[in-house]
Amino acid sequence: MDLTYGPEHEAFRTEVREFLASEWRKGTDVAAFRRLAIDAGYLYRGIPRRYGGSEQAPDILRARVIAEEFARARAPAEIKGNGVQMLVPTLLERGAEWQKEKFVSDTLSGELKWAQGFSEPGSGSDLASLRTRGELRNGRWVINGQKVWTSYAKECRYMFALVRTEPDAPKHEGISYLLIDLHQPGIDIRPMKQINGGNDFNEVFFADATTPEDWIVGTRGEGWSVSKSLLKHERNMLGGIDRSEGMFNSLVGLARRATRDGRCAIEDMWVRDRLAALKGGLEAQRHSSHIQMTRDLTGEGGGLLQMMNKLAQSNYAAQVAEVANAILEDEALVSPIGNPHPGNERWVNQYMNSLAAAIAGGTSNIQRNIIAERGLGLPRERAA
Amino acid sequence: MRFDLDEQQRAFQTAVAEYLEAECPMERALAAHEEVDGNADGGVPADLGIWQGLMQLGIGGMIVPEEHGGLGLGLLDMAVVAEPIGRYAAPGPFVEHALATLALVIAGNDEQRAMWLPALASGEKRATVALAEDKGDWSADRWTLDGATLTGTKHYVLHAEGADLIVVGLAGGALGLVCGDAKGLSISAVPSTDAGKRLSTLTFVDVAVEVLPVVAGARLVDAGAILLAADAFGGASACVDRAVSYAKEREQFGQPIGAFQAIKHQLADMALAVVPTVGLYWYAAHAFDTRDFIAASEAASLAKSHLGELYPPIARRMIEAHGGIGYTWEYGDHVWLKRALFDQNYLGSPRQHRLRVAELAGW
Repeated sequence: MDLTYGPEHEAFRTEVREFLASEWRKGTDVAAFRRLAIDAGYLYRGIPRRYGGSEQAPDILRARVIAEEFARARAPAEIKGNGVQMLVPTLLERGAEWQKEKFVSDTLSGELKWAQGFSEPGSGSDLASLRTRGELRNGRWVINGQKVWTSYAKECRYMFALVRTEPDAPKHEGISYLLIDLHQPGIDIRPMKQINGGNDFNEVFFADATTPEDWIVGTRGEGWSVSKSLLKHERNMLGGIDRSEGMFNSLVGLARRATRDGRCAIEDMWVRDRLAALKGGLEAQRHSSHIQMTRDLTGEGGGLLQMMNKLAQSNYAAQVAEVANAILEDEALVSPIGNPHPGNERWVNQYMNSLAAAIAGGTSNIQRNIIAERGLGLPRERAA
Repeated sequence: MRFDLDEQQRAFQTAVAEYLEAECPMERALAAHEEVDGNADGGVPADLGIWQGLMQLGIGGMIVPEEHGGLGLGLLDMAVVAEPIGRYAAPGPFVEHALATLALVIAGNDEQRAMWLPALASGEKRATVALAEDKGDWSADRWTLDGATLTGTKHYVLHAEGADLIVVGLAGGALGLVCGDAKGLSISAVPSTDAGKRLSTLTFVDVAVEVLPVVAGARLVDAGAILLAADAFGGASACVDRAVSYAKEREQFGQPIGAFQAIKHQLADMALAVVPTVGLYWYAAHAFDTRDFIAASEAASLAKSHLGELYPPIARRMIEAHGGIGYTWEYGDHVWLKRALFDQNYLGSPRQHRLRVAELAGW
């Protein structure tokens, strides 16, 4: 057991701190700062320089040190979102050279934003049953159908989408992975109102929308396997400990502010008991992430623990929501929606948002199937 | 950065697991319960044989300094072998003997250590600890026994009958040594829910005591909490494995019940509750060995409360997954359920440890 990062990585930490101290302060131009951080080798480490990355040798501990120090300094780290976290890894693995050159660098800088076109009204957990059609006519794909739950589609220029191009092939083998410009007349984006009052996600309708023949990643009918690497990336993305820790710390803050039976909520025995229980859950997640990091370093791999990250984290968000709700009591009667100065009732939002974590990116019940079948070796469902 | 067991720790863990796989099948753990069924012969150890076998493997000396015949290892090393003991729900005097030994290591003077440690390390002598007074008084600052000779009561003392040495919690969190056959000491057996862990009430009337010079009661409770957390992790893991393997074998409606999503999801949830918690006891033991008292105490109480609380419901869900056979005495599932209640409540309930976490965290 050695929880230190060792002298080499502590020296590296000092280097990162010095860089941040000299280059980052509030008000610095974010894009310019990111370019400096890329030049220094701190961001987009796995991506070749010619595509706008910093092309560093893989080093999990260095990546962790950078993440810790950037968070500490509240400096802008890598851009989040579908483009950087899902499309770029897929393009680097499966894309054509011209696609990498055209799209990767501008996606990393944040200039190009991407929507994910996977789910359809009839194809949720059974994604491979999707029916949006793509037909090749005169050198262009002509696309008809509908995607749904498409987050931030209004703000995105492009979409990466799974489209059925081989209607006669078996269901997993008839899908292609297409890149589509959303700014064209055949596409209609309609926002959907969510339970928290927001409208981050949308329905996207395709009526003879088109995209060039070579805007396909991989070959015709390979889309399912191309998208698989991508789901793996998304799971890693959702499995982080940082979000759980942020939620827990905010909850302790709420308990310090709120009152319960006429005194500070954090002095209440039930609240203290629940906070300590949630702290146990948080520390278990942290230790598990350290075990996975260790086993990535030794090449053993995360195994069962890795399959549990997403469910562990969305369950945790739900547990935090329940305790927050119990602390709020009648403050939960006041809505934060349309409320210009929400107080503690802003937690009503977290209460609802935590449900999104249990649904997006593979529902909790699908996670349970994965843990049971791939992790525990239980018999598979009879294939549909 | 290496948050994992090292080769030596894995080797110790495997050696203990292999020994128990051969010597402590469910039937043997169950026999400890058979023996006590219908009589309240609580104070006598259920099955000294397994403990003696493990002492021969050398686990008694792990935390004993080399100059006293031990290996001079840390609590983490001890905790990683406590995990398989919990996994097999092995009956016998493990945790209290380890704690009494540790008390001498961390609180004894040279003479006391030289006198007791070699014999405790080898298993030639057996020891226990007497800590709680009234209900719930596991915390060292609640102990009241005091004076040149002791008068009072200690509850929930493990395997006191036949113990050569009793380490007693004293006022102010100090620890004292009392001989098992001391004059004025009486042992009254209590029927134990977990018959693999036999309890007694000890009554002291002017009993001679030798006080250990270092005040280490709170630290000893931390160590015990960590060993019980390890036992609970091992036991809860065994419950998941038993339920999973039964679901693969048992067929209904023409297929293994594990193919049904209702069962599959319950098993996934059980595994999710247990598998990611191993780091809680590892870290707590590592903190005990390397960090300051406050940090180590918080980690110990966190591990004990978290694992102590999750183990009983996991054992219950294992029994449910088995259906009727799980409710039978001879199938043996209940051995883990009863061990779960022991791990949950001996040395303080989850609630008590959480209130301690809250205090140490400064909430």
